[in-house]
Amino acid sequence: MLAFILRRMGQAILVMLTVAFVAFMIFQYVGDPVTNLLGQDATPEQRIQLRKDLGLDEPFPVQFARFIGNAVQGEFGLSLRQGRKVSTLIAERLPATMELAMTAGVLALVVGIPLGVYAALKRGSFLSQALMTFSLLGVSLPSCLFGILLILIFAVTFKILPSFGRGDVVAIGSWTTGYLTVDGWKHLVLPAITLSLANMALVLRLVRSEMLEVLRTDYIKFARARGLNIRAVHFGHALKNTLVPVMTIMGLQLGQLIAFAIITETVFQWPGMGLLFIQAVQFADIPVMAAYLLLVSGIFVSINLLVDMLYLVVDPRLHVDGKAGAH
Amino acid sequence: MTAPLLEVRNLRVEFPTRRGTLLALDDISFDIAPGEILGVVGESGAGKSLTGAAIIGLLDPPGRIASGEIRLEGKRIDNLGYEEMRRIRGRQIGAIFQDPLTSLNPLYTVGRQLVETITTHLPMSQSEARKRAIELLEQTGIPAAAQRVDQYPHQFSGGMRQRVVIALALAAKPKLIVADEPTTALDVSIQAQIISLLKSLCKEQGAAVMLVTHDMGVIAETCDRVAVMYAGRIAEIGPVQDVIHKPAHPYTTGLMGSIPAMDEDRERLLQIDGSMPRLNNIPTGCAYNPRCPSVFDRCRVERPNLIQAGATRVACWLHAEGQENRA
Amino acid sequence: MSSSSDGATTGSAAVIPKAPGRLARFFDGDVWHSFCNSPMAILAAVIAFICVFCSLFAPWVAPHNPFDLASLELIDARLPPAWIEGGKSKYLLGTDDQGRDLLSALMYGARISLFVGLASVFVSLVVGVSLGLLSGFAGGKVDAFIMRVCDVMLSFPSLLVALLIDGLGKAMFPNAPDALAYAVLIVAISLSGWVQYARTVRGSTLVERNKEYVQAARVIGVKPSRIMVRHVLPNVLGPVLVLATIQVAFAIIAEATLSFLGLGVPPTSPSLGTLIRVGNDFLFSGEWWITIWPGAMLVLIALSVNLLGDWLRDALNPRLR
Repeated sequence: MLAFILRRMGQAILVMLTVAFVAFMIFQYVGDPVTNLLGQDATPEQRIQLRKDLGLDEPFPVQFARFIGNAVQGEFGLSLRQGRKVSTLIAERLPATMELAMTAGVLALVVGIPLGVYAALKRGSFLSQALMTFSLLGVSLPSCLFGILLILIFAVTFKILPSFGRGDVVAIGSWTTGYLTVDGWKHLVLPAITLSLANMALVLRLVRSEMLEVLRTDYIKFARARGLNIRAVHFGHALKNTLVPVMTIMGLQLGQLIAFAIITETVFQWPGMGLLFIQAVQFADIPVMAAYLLLVSGIFVSINLLVDMLYLVVDPRLHVDGKAGAH
Repeated sequence: MTAPLLEVRNLRVEFPTRRGTLLALDDISFDIAPGEILGVVGESGAGKSLTGAAIIGLLDPPGRIASGEIRLEGKRIDNLGYEEMRRIRGRQIGAIFQDPLTSLNPLYTVGRQLVETITTHLPMSQSEARKRAIELLEQTGIPAAAQRVDQYPHQFSGGMRQRVVIALALAAKPKLIVADEPTTALDVSIQAQIISLLKSLCKEQGAAVMLVTHDMGVIAETCDRVAVMYAGRIAEIGPVQDVIHKPAHPYTTGLMGSIPAMDEDRERLLQIDGSMPRLNNIPTGCAYNPRCPSVFDRCRVERPNLIQAGATRVACWLHAEGQENRA
Repeated sequence: MSSSSDGATTGSAAVIPKAPGRLARFFDGDVWHSFCNSPMAILAAVIAFICVFCSLFAPWVAPHNPFDLASLELIDARLPPAWIEGGKSKYLLGTDDQGRDLLSALMYGARISLFVGLASVFVSLVVGVSLGLLSGFAGGKVDAFIMRVCDVMLSFPSLLVALLIDGLGKAMFPNAPDALAYAVLIVAISLSGWVQYARTVRGSTLVERNKEYVQAARVIGVKPSRIMVRHVLPNVLGPVLVLATIQVAFAIIAEATLSFLGLGVPPTSPSLGTLIRVGNDFLFSGEWWITIWPGAMLVLIALSVNLLGDWLRDALNPRLR
C-alpha cells in the first residue's frame, strides 16, 4: 500500500513537472517576454537590462529552475493586460470560481445520484425514460446556451434573478464568500445551475448504468435469494457497490467543473479565474495564461491523487497489500 | 407416506423473444419429500437451473412461469407477490449458486452478511446473531471462525467461500435448499468436501435438497432420488440406484454409458450421436427421438408422459403398457 | 440465435443454399431490427439526416446567401421572425444585426459546425485507433509510455486542452490565414478526444493478441501491421463506432463553445457558436431570435446524434438484447 501511494505521488510530481515545462515554454517563447513586459517602445539598453534581470541569457535548465522556484512561491510576474501582479489577480478571483464550482458540484450530486438510482430501479417506467431523455438533453445542450436561456427566462422576461456578477460578498481573511448574503445567493443560483447541468446529466447516466450492472451481479442475486428485504438489497448492497467506482469519476468531475466554469463565467460575467483566463487568451496575456495553467493543473492532479487515496480507504480489497488470502 | 415438502405440477416456463416464444420448461412435474436429496441432472441447457430459479421465484426476465403450480407444504408459492415470496426465500427455501467467487458482496465482511441474513428472518439481537454466525462458520468447517467472521470475502479461497455461502443459505434454517451446481467452479479435490458438508449439514437440520448438477458422480454419492432432464422435460425420475444401474430411458442409458469406467478397457469414449435440440427446434413427439437408437413411429408423433416402469418413472413409449421392450 | 444454415444433410447431392450476402444479413440482423423498433432512433436519424442535408446543400437549399455582403440590406437588420409583428415573410426566422437571414445563416453555420465536428472526430479516431493498436500490439515500453500519456491527458478536462491549444495557436500566429485557423481548431478538438479510442482499441487488441490465430500468424511470418488491420480492427469497430457517434456531438458542442468564447472559427465564416455569441449581445433588448435559432439548431443536431449513439450502444450490447 505504501508502495502504491509513493508511486502515485511520483506520478503526480512528474505530471506537474511536465505541465510546468509547458507553462515555461509558453512563458518564455510565445511572443517575446521582453516585449511582453516592456512594450514595443523599449530602448535597446532597457531590453538588455531586462534580459539580464530576467536571466534570459542563462542556460535553459537554470531558467527553468528559476521559473519553477518562482512558480512555487506564486510569483508569475505582472499581467500584461492589467499591469498588476498575476498572483494577486488570481488570489482575488480564486474564491469566486471555487465557490461556483463547489456549489455546482454539490448540486449535481444531490440531484443526479437519487435520480440515477431511480432510473435504474424503475427501469422502463415512463419517468425513468423521461429522465434518460432529459439527461441526454443535458449532455447535448452547450452550457453557454443553457446559461443564455436561463438569463432570458429569469432575468429578461421575469426579472426575478440577476444575470451578471457576484452580488454582495463577505470577506473572511483573504477569501471572499457569497454564501453569507442573500444577494450573493441570488447571484449564485443561475450560474450554479448552468454549470451543474452537464455534470448532473453525467452523474445520472453513470449512476444508472453502474447500478444496472451491479443489479445483474451474482451477489445481488444471492442477496435476493437469501430473502433480504428490498431496501437492503437495493441500498445496502447495490447502491454501496455502485458508488465506489462512481466515486473516482465524480472526483475527476470537480476538475471538469473548474474548467467549464470558464464558459459559465463568460456568460454571467462571473468574476472568477475562468473569465480572467479567457480575457488573458484573447489578449495574449502570457503570464496569466501560464499561471492559470499551472494552478489549475495543480488542482486537478491533487484531486486525482486524493481520489486514489480515497479508493484505498473505501475498497477493502485494496486494504490487505497483495495477500488476497488464499487460506 | 408423508406429505411432500415441495410439489411441482405441470410447470411451464417460457421466454418471449422477438423471434417467438421459447418454451424452456415444458410440463415438469416432480415432488421432493422432507429431508430428501433430489438430484437434477442433464446437459447444459436442459433446464435444470431454470427449474431451481422458478422454484425460488427468481427467473430472469423476460422469462416467466406460463402455467403450472409450485406448492411448498401444500401452499402455492408460484403466484405470490414479491414481498411474500421474499419472506419465503431464505427462511423456507435457501439457495446456493455456482460461482463462490462472485456470490459474496466484496465490500462487506462475511460476518456482516451473515448477521444481516440472520436478523432478517429470525428474531435475534445483533450479538445473538453474531454468535450464531460464528457457530455457522464453525459448522461449515471454517477454522478460527471467531477471527474470520470479520474478514472480507477476498480473504477466503474459493472452497472457503463456498462454505460461507452454504452457511448463509442455512442461516435461517430453511426446509429446502436449491443448490445450483455448487461444486462446478471448484477444484476436484475440494468438490468432495463441499458435497459431503452439504449433505451432512442438511441431514442434521432435516433440510431437503434439490441438487442441480451435470456430474453423475456427485449424484451417485449424494442423492436419494434423481431426475434426468432433457430439452426442458423430465426424461426419467426415480431412486438413484435404480436410475444409475437400471436406466429405463435410452437417454439415461446413453448418459451412463458415456461415463468412462476405470476398470474398462476401451479405446474410445462412448457418446450419444447428435446434440440436444435448441429451444426453437424441439422435435414433435418425444424430444429425444432423433437420437434414440430404439425409436419407433409413436415416438415421433406423441409426446410420452411419465410412465411407471419398476421403481422409476420414465417418459418413454418403450415402457408403455403392452409395448414390447426393445432395449 | 440467428437462423444460420446448419448445412443441409438431407440427401446426397443436396443443393447447399448460398450464404446471404452482407447487406442481407445486416437487414435481418438484430441491429436493424432494434432500429426499426425504436421510434427514438428513427426520429433521431431523420432529424440528423435533415440537418446534414440542409447543411451540405446549403447553397441550394437556403433562401439567401448570408455571406454575400452585397445582398445584405441594413434596413432589414434585427427583424423578428415572420410570424411576429414587424417580421417579413422574406426572412422566415428573422435577421441578425447585419441584416442576414437567420434561416440561411443557420444552414451555413451548421455546415461549418458539422465540418469541424466531423473532421475533429475523424482525426482523433485515426490517431486514437492507431495508437491503441500500436500500444496493444507492441506492448512493453511503447505500451507503457502511450498509456502514461493517456492517463495524463485524461486527467485534464478536454475543454481546457482545446482552449489552450487554440489560444496558443492564436497567440503564436495572430494573423494566420483562415485555413490555418481551421486546422488549429480541428487539432485542438481532436487532441482532447483521442484518448478514449486509444484505450478501447488497446483493450481489444490485448484480448485478440493472445488468441491463437494471432500467434499462429506471427509464427508464419505475417507482418504485425497486417494482423492488426485485418483481424483486430474489425473486432473493435463496434465500440469505436459508438464512441465516434457520441464524440461527434461532443465535438460539435466543443466547436460551438470555442466559437462562443471567441476562439473558434474565424469570424468571416460564422458557425452556430459564433452566431450564438453575436446574438448574446442583443438578448437584453428583447431580440431573442438571433441567439435562440442557432442554439436550437445546435441542440437539435447534438441531441439527435447523441440519441443515435445511445441507441447504437444499446443495440450493439449483447447483454441488453
